[in-house]
Amino acid sequence: MSQSTGIDIKQSLVDTVIAGLMALIVFGPIVGVLLDGYDFNLQTGNVAGLVGVVMMGRFAVSLFFQSQAGRNFLYRQASKNDGVTVTAPDYKSNLRWIIPVVMVLGLIVPFIASKYVLTVVILGLIYVLLGLGLNIVVGLAGLLDLGFVGFYAIGAYGLALGYENLGIGFWTMLPLAAIMAAVAGAILGFPVLRMHGDYLAIVTLGFGEIIRLVLTNWTSFTHGPNGVSAPLPTLFGLEFNRRASEGNIPFHEFFGLKYDSGFKYIFVYLILFLVVWAVLYVKHRLTKMPVGRAWEALREDEIACRSLGLNHVLVKLSAFMLGASTGGIAGVFFASYQGFVNPSSFTFFESALILAIVVLGGMGSTLGVVLAAFFLTVMPEILREFADYRVLMFGVLMVVMMIWKPRGLVRVTRTGFATRKGTVK
Amino acid sequence: MSQENILTVKNLVMHFGGIKALNDVTFDIKRGSVSALIGPNGAGKTTVFNCLTGFYKATGGQIELNAGGRTTSVIKVLGESFQVSDFFSPIAFWSRLKYKMFGGSHLVNRAGLARTFQNIRLFKEMSVVENLLVAQHMRVNRSMFAGILNTKGFRESEEEALQRAFYWLGVVNLTEFANRLAGELSYGQQRRLEIARAMCTNPEIVCLDEPAAGLNPSETEELTSMIRYLRDKHNTTVLLIEHDMGMVMQISDYIVVLDHGEVIAKGGPDDIKSNPKVIAAYLGAEEDEEVSL
Amino acid sequence: MDIVLQQLVNGLTLGSVYGLIAIGYTMVYGIIGMINFAHGDVYMVSSYITAIAIALLTFFGLESFPVIILGTLIFTIAVTSVYGWVIERVAYRPLRNSSRLSILISAIGMSLILQNYVQIAQGARQQGVPSLLSGAVRFDIGDGFVQITYMKLFILFAAFLGMGVLTYIIQKTKLGRMCRATQQDRKMASILGIDTDKIISLVFVIGAAMAALAGVLITLDYGAFDFYVGFIIGIKAFTAAVLGGIGSLPGAMLGGIILGLSEALFAGLISSDYKDVFSFSLLVVILIFRPSGLLGKPEVEKV
Repeated sequence: MSQSTGIDIKQSLVDTVIAGLMALIVFGPIVGVLLDGYDFNLQTGNVAGLVGVVMMGRFAVSLFFQSQAGRNFLYRQASKNDGVTVTAPDYKSNLRWIIPVVMVLGLIVPFIASKYVLTVVILGLIYVLLGLGLNIVVGLAGLLDLGFVGFYAIGAYGLALGYENLGIGFWTMLPLAAIMAAVAGAILGFPVLRMHGDYLAIVTLGFGEIIRLVLTNWTSFTHGPNGVSAPLPTLFGLEFNRRASEGNIPFHEFFGLKYDSGFKYIFVYLILFLVVWAVLYVKHRLTKMPVGRAWEALREDEIACRSLGLNHVLVKLSAFMLGASTGGIAGVFFASYQGFVNPSSFTFFESALILAIVVLGGMGSTLGVVLAAFFLTVMPEILREFADYRVLMFGVLMVVMMIWKPRGLVRVTRTGFATRKGTVK
Repeated sequence: MSQENILTVKNLVMHFGGIKALNDVTFDIKRGSVSALIGPNGAGKTTVFNCLTGFYKATGGQIELNAGGRTTSVIKVLGESFQVSDFFSPIAFWSRLKYKMFGGSHLVNRAGLARTFQNIRLFKEMSVVENLLVAQHMRVNRSMFAGILNTKGFRESEEEALQRAFYWLGVVNLTEFANRLAGELSYGQQRRLEIARAMCTNPEIVCLDEPAAGLNPSETEELTSMIRYLRDKHNTTVLLIEHDMGMVMQISDYIVVLDHGEVIAKGGPDDIKSNPKVIAAYLGAEEDEEVSL
Repeated sequence: MDIVLQQLVNGLTLGSVYGLIAIGYTMVYGIIGMINFAHGDVYMVSSYITAIAIALLTFFGLESFPVIILGTLIFTIAVTSVYGWVIERVAYRPLRNSSRLSILISAIGMSLILQNYVQIAQGARQQGVPSLLSGAVRFDIGDGFVQITYMKLFILFAAFLGMGVLTYIIQKTKLGRMCRATQQDRKMASILGIDTDKIISLVFVIGAAMAALAGVLITLDYGAFDFYVGFIIGIKAFTAAVLGGIGSLPGAMLGGIILGLSEALFAGLISSDYKDVFSFSLLVVILIFRPSGLLGKPEVEKV
């Protein structure tokens, strides 16, 4: 390892010049020549800046990898240990203290936070649901689903259109959306899941886009780009609008309170909070259940799974359907909280955001996904001036994470089992 | 069980495109025996294995597995193409459609045949115990509700699975590594774990693909006694592909020799040792030349 | 009748362009077994470069069609090829030994980067190029007529020329032989002294060059494009690649033409709103009933 630690500056300079040249060709036309109708404006300054940054970056990287620290880093990358560890059988996680604290804090939040903060937190929780759903599919089962937004749309439009056409309310729709999304997942997944994994990615990508196209073009049913309004949840029949629909009493009148539009967000928040915990619990159980183990085993080696009697298609399908149903539930909350849905909420970028949550949080790590969901939904609210660069950041995040830490930032641990006396019946 | 043969292979043919990997392979495996499939490199041993275990769909012939009190046609459960006659017989149609939609090599395992792989296929990022738990998937309580609510029945089923896992860990001498990642084990340990994993599916016949490859002599010795243990204590039939002739001759009751996709000899170890065709196939000698092993 | 014929002509030109883009998918898949999700966006980048090239050439006072078209083709293909090389170098090469899932996610990331980068640099609004070649050949058929614009004829000519040149390179030259060897067995090829990393780079460059050719042709024909065009056309070209048999070069072209024709007929006779839905459904149907495509070899699983 330690032989020839000398730094070859000449090599670094050559690398730098090549990188600069490539950067010039790549950035030159697209950044430097700004199209303006059939005419153009030159923006040489930006190109020079970008090329400069690339050259400096390349030079720094080149020097780093020739230094001892850089070599050690490369060595660690090469002898890839993804940091999966098995915990001791009697290991108790610190989470058992943290979870009650977070629960209590979470219950206090709606009563002290401003309406704006509350809406941001609600959005964060919706993405936690989406992230958890996709994490079952991508993280545990290792299936790349790029059309997750399609299931989200099924839930959201299910509530809006169900209410408009059939008068179905929030509470009926919540389980119904889960079932509808799961059925859609089964119909889409069954033919494709028996094939090579990569095809699933492109088929789901197409599926998400098709859902959006149908929502946009089928104007007689979905009202196209104009969207549909969606109802709020009710509390034992009490509504949260200023004026209740015929025959119902609004919440504030029933309790003799002054109308406040904040009530409905508090209520949505509280339901969502409970649902998120329920999903977290189910997710936690799933990883300890035969089906959860089977998903992970399939991700590791499909052929070995088949040799052990696992029907790979059905096992994958169960992951795909459970993930989809979680997406459907998130969609119901989204529609209800926005009060309105239209196709522009369900573009590919939404799928990309959810994927970015899973990638950043860590494949299969529940805690990581929760943290990443909040990080990626709350950050853009804080850094609004960088809103244009959001998608670029997601893209960079995905590439960098895959190269640097493909299992995500939060370490994955596996449960250990105490030694038992072996018996066979 | 009335049938003496657990596995019957008749006129097995396998073509890959234009390449004829197997033409007309026929042999039987007796229940409770240790049998070996040997032959020079490229003879088609692994292809036979993959056909038996349902990973390749044989081009022609029959493979019948008599285990679990019934006879399973390995080729049928993989899903065959529809025949004209199916459209006149709804029962045949549904059975074929069922196997086309839900069939596959997993049904071969469920019928009572387990296997290991030439290049080890463990779940490397799962712990050793978990590898064995996955293998028991079809036996444990898989109910979603029971699992999510963590019912008593579910806990009992998991406990039983764990005990079975630790039993097999004991057999292959890996108990102290139970909570290590499978990928961290040494090569020999991984081979043993793979056998334990196959045994966890409770098979009546286990097919081992080159189990002794890469093992040192003492490990091979250990493996030999383990295979005997499987047969004697668990009544498991063992079929193995192996290049280590010393081991094969020592352990096998019955040997099938393949060359160029055809069975050139079958019989007990002593017959095989003195069979001129086998000697010719291995040493590349003319058939009438005298060569002794 | 005349509608059908007209749509067949449109479909043929569109299909030949799908075929050009499908080559990028099929070659990359053949050599490293991954779906290059960023490929559709490479096509999108080439649309912008086409417009930039035309704007630059007109600015320097070049007006004649052959000069502009040749200049645009050379410029666009050259720049887009560099894009192909850089993408492979940055997002895929460091992941050569990673899991399939990691590579796919990295590719998705690259696709997002390209889209958003172009959107930031050039703005989200639709862009356009002037029409360079007008006029059409007209055939009267019964009561109606079929019209083939010169531009469409040019597209057909250029697309088939591009295909021909590529086929020649792959089948007859030493470079092509090295490509084919690497595709068959990467490890063996590298043992025999082929720099497989270079060959993989080369495949990305070829794919990008073909996408660039498609980009120039489609952009000149349609005139308008935005940063999002790569998405749908990427899925369609992939469908074409699968239809023809992924990994097969003639298959890509055949798949492209079949897809183009059937899509144009669907749009002309049934509904143009749902033509994308149709192509996508076609993809699913092929994957179910004939995953190896028309000219592909069935995949034998290595156990």
